Amino acid sequence: MFVDFFYQLREARIPVTIREFLTFLEALDKDVARGNIDEFYFLSRASLVKDERFFDTFDLVFGNFFQGAMNKTEGLLEEYIPEDWLQGVAREMFSEEEIDEMSFEELMEELAKRLQEQDGQHHGGNRWIGTGGTSPFGNSGQNPRGFRMGGEGGGKSATKMWQKRDFRSLRGETEIGTRNMKMALRRLRKFVREGAEDEFDLDETIKSTADRGGMLDIKMRAERKNKVKVLTMFDIGGSMDSFIRISEELFSAVRTEFKYLEYYYFHNFLYERVWRQNRRGYNEWIPTHEVMNTYGSDWKAIFVGDATMSPFEITEVGGSIEHWNEEAGELWLRRFLATYPDAVWLNPVPQERWMATPSIRMTYQLLEGRMFPLTVDGLDAAMKLLRQGRQAASRH
Amino acid sequence: MARLIGGRGCITFRAHPKAFLSKDHFMKFTGTDNYVATDDLMTAVNAAITLERPLLVKGEPGTGKTLLAMEVAEALGMPLYEWHIKSTTKANHGLYEYDAVSRLRDSQLGDDRVQDINNYIKRGMLWESFVSDKPSVLLIDEIDKADIEFPNDLLRELDRMEFYVYETQETVSAINRPVVIITSNNEKELPDAFLRRCFFHYIRFPDEETMEKIVHVHFPDIKKRLLKEALEVFFSIREVNGIKKKPTTSELLDWIKLLLAEDIDPEVLRGDSTKAIPQLHGALLKNEQDVHMFERLAFMSRRQDG
Repeated sequence: MFVDFFYQLREARIPVTIREFLTFLEALDKDVARGNIDEFYFLSRASLVKDERFFDTFDLVFGNFFQGAMNKTEGLLEEYIPEDWLQGVAREMFSEEEIDEMSFEELMEELAKRLQEQDGQHHGGNRWIGTGGTSPFGNSGQNPRGFRMGGEGGGKSATKMWQKRDFRSLRGETEIGTRNMKMALRRLRKFVREGAEDEFDLDETIKSTADRGGMLDIKMRAERKNKVKVLTMFDIGGSMDSFIRISEELFSAVRTEFKYLEYYYFHNFLYERVWRQNRRGYNEWIPTHEVMNTYGSDWKAIFVGDATMSPFEITEVGGSIEHWNEEAGELWLRRFLATYPDAVWLNPVPQERWMATPSIRMTYQLLEGRMFPLTVDGLDAAMKLLRQGRQAASRH
Repeated sequence: MARLIGGRGCITFRAHPKAFLSKDHFMKFTGTDNYVATDDLMTAVNAAITLERPLLVKGEPGTGKTLLAMEVAEALGMPLYEWHIKSTTKANHGLYEYDAVSRLRDSQLGDDRVQDINNYIKRGMLWESFVSDKPSVLLIDEIDKADIEFPNDLLRELDRMEFYVYETQETVSAINRPVVIITSNNEKELPDAFLRRCFFHYIRFPDEETMEKIVHVHFPDIKKRLLKEALEVFFSIREVNGIKKKPTTSELLDWIKLLLAEDIDPEVLRGDSTKAIPQLHGALLKNEQDVHMFERLAFMSRRQDG
């Protein structure tokens, strides 16, 4: 019976492996959960699910499966029956008044009776509905006594932990995206020897000892550390609003991945000023020049923006929609790229639309093609390029 | 219902109503004098003990992950070996380190010690716990701090509970398999192969009711009203969207300590969370941007009121 459970978990896309399943069976065999359904639930969760993001899904599957199993032992529900089907049948067979009048048990009994009568005609012989208990009925909303899952029912334990769905907030589908991004960003990691000399340098020691005619001369060196410097520039102009979430995801991924990370925000396009904070507090800007002077060209610049605007915002003096810019955005971007020649631009707009949007096309050309879609693959390609740029530069 | 009493530092006793101790399960964890474990935590710990597999504990900072290992050790009367992981920690460090440099030096000085290589092998925590003369608890703390490959390098050692020492050509196997407890702050993803071998438990952030108990444990004399207001402020801060670093249990405790020391009137706290940044917020908000955000929120709400 647990094999079914295992497959249901897998169907629900919880990454359970056979090894974990065997561990679970072994634990059952050794009496870790002693006949108490709650303990059984805790044990199965601890052994089968290794990530809190799947706890909620697990609760659902567990609830479904063992609701069925419990009813089965009482001979009440023969088979798992899809919720929609049951609701459909119920609506088909009972009038509103009937549903209102009858208790849940009566309703179920009646339903079973009627279904048996027309067995084989409409819904096939195997789908049989039992009486009472809690079936995976969901909340049809028609009858408070009727189609309700959880709470009452034939279960023996007072509180069913899995029905509370305490872990719903941990589902976090977005986190998976962040993780993918992290993996892609990891490509950028660059190891540099820095700090105290606390690592034994075998090669140097041998060489130096040999040089001194066999008198031992120990050489130490600093350990390798991840030291890549990233300068991210986020567009928080109005047109980016719909992409803010995806940008922030990238941002959070970037934050944990590098030791040196600076982030600035720009509005629509790069002009003579950038912002340190993502709220559009207008007064706290920093001259773009200052940014370029502060961070040397060994920093990796990453732009995140949709580059979607009217072309004159890029090309014209005074083109900015927010302020009078003395110099065109194009000029500023060129200056910036002169300092950070490897800079890449990540664009959340789907790649197919790039060439159809003049401003994206222009930005793409300014960056000499180093624009990538904000997808895992795009990110991967962008990081690869940033890294290669570095390798070429460090060969000197 | 037993509740987890977490938080940093000292913990105080709450009796646990459920005694699982029975003759056929002489090694069973039921919480200790200082630490009351939730039912799900106990099941996970006991599964890990019974099946001799590692237990991976995740959860927000300040929920008592590290403490768990100490308390398990105490409850079971076992010695505890703590291995704290840093970003530079390598898997080898837990097994042993061969101090070739000292040996080379000694050989130059003609020290007799040099003849025995064992003099230069420093045992790691894993080794210590393997050869401990009675069963022990091994804590691998904050495994996610290390490099992403780190857990994979320990797979075999944790699975078989043995490893090979190349320098002396001996195999160290566990006399008694230690109870291995591993904590993670979720900073990095752990490899699947590693996860498959562990039991897993996620410690949730305490709810308001639990938090009240925790505070009471630390400050038994705190006035009800102050506690209520303080908790309200605390939880409302945690709920603010976009806050970069949510305050944790230990920060709440620090803050309350300050409130008590300064003898702050609960009335002052009332409405604090919306009209101004909380009194002595330094204990709760540790991030400049968070403080700024609060100032802005406070400003906006004052303007609405005015």
